[in-house]
Amino acid sequence: MVGLVIVSHSYEIAKGVKELSIQMVQSDTKIIDAGGMKDGGIGTDPNKIRDAIVEADSGDGVVILVDLGSAIMSSEMAIEFLDPEQQGRVVIADAPVVEGAVAAAVQASVGGTLEQVKATAEECRNTSKL
Amino acid sequence: MIHRDLLLKMIEEITMVIGANKQYLTDLDQTIGDGDHGINMDRGFRAIKDKVEAVKDKDCGTILKTVAMGLISTVGGASGPLYGTAFMKAGQVVANKMEITAEDAVKILDEAIQGIIARGKAAQGDKTMLDALIPAYDALKAAVEEGEPLTNAMGKAVEAAEGGVAYTKTIAAKKGRANYLGDRSIGHQDPGATSSYLMLKAIYDVLTREA
Repeated sequence: MVGLVIVSHSYEIAKGVKELSIQMVQSDTKIIDAGGMKDGGIGTDPNKIRDAIVEADSGDGVVILVDLGSAIMSSEMAIEFLDPEQQGRVVIADAPVVEGAVAAAVQASVGGTLEQVKATAEECRNTSKL
Repeated sequence: MIHRDLLLKMIEEITMVIGANKQYLTDLDQTIGDGDHGINMDRGFRAIKDKVEAVKDKDCGTILKTVAMGLISTVGGASGPLYGTAFMKAGQVVANKMEITAEDAVKILDEAIQGIIARGKAAQGDKTMLDALIPAYDALKAAVEEGEPLTNAMGKAVEAAEGGVAYTKTIAAKKGRANYLGDRSIGHQDPGATSSYLMLKAIYDVLTREA
């Protein structure tokens, strides 16, 4: 099953998005939060993200949902820190973090492939709210 | 020629200068960004102190790589992956070397810039650290190729970087949080370009003092 990693500058945002997404899915879908710095401060930490990817990956790959700016660069760097074998099955979704995570969690929980989970998250970019 | 021990002094000087300019960089960033550049950079450089101390007997490449990993894991903002990548690339140029030649210095700056471009997907004129670093590289390369001593060449690089920082006041941001401001970022100097300039200046100051 594809796993998810939620990256935010804020520990609370990442944790909250994870909790919101878990509500939608079976418990065996791995959704790991990687928000904030080691000391709990605002920021993104490539090492923390790397550890979250390793935890989320059961062999079918991981989709990373990111918030702003350095979340993307730190996630790219985290992927580079992985074993080359694992790097190929970890992708960053170009999607809003809340809507994207919830949609991706549902798609992952029904056994979607890495490509399907990423695409589902990215479709949220075009969903209007009202 | 920069011996390993001089490199260590340069890293110490950069740490000191970033610490002294923490509020200045943060003020610049508060005007057009998220206001954390000085705080993040200071936290990052303070965190590398012990890590660098532990590898002070190693080669220049190992020392620079240690700086890179320290910044990556402690800075937190965009400057972490960006400067982290820059120092990582710099370290690769002088892997296993105990001394850095003028030619190495040119190559280091080139690789650092290429690393920042690849990581940040930015270009010159986007109002980023590149607007200080690229002119500095051009000046350094030209001076070294003309056979000028490294200290003089570095002096020209610092002047060019300062010009680059001034140039960032005239342009709108295309990257980072400042991008949300669009043309309202014109008139303000870029914090990243400023920290890049401060680092180059710190290196130059050590060269003039010690060499």
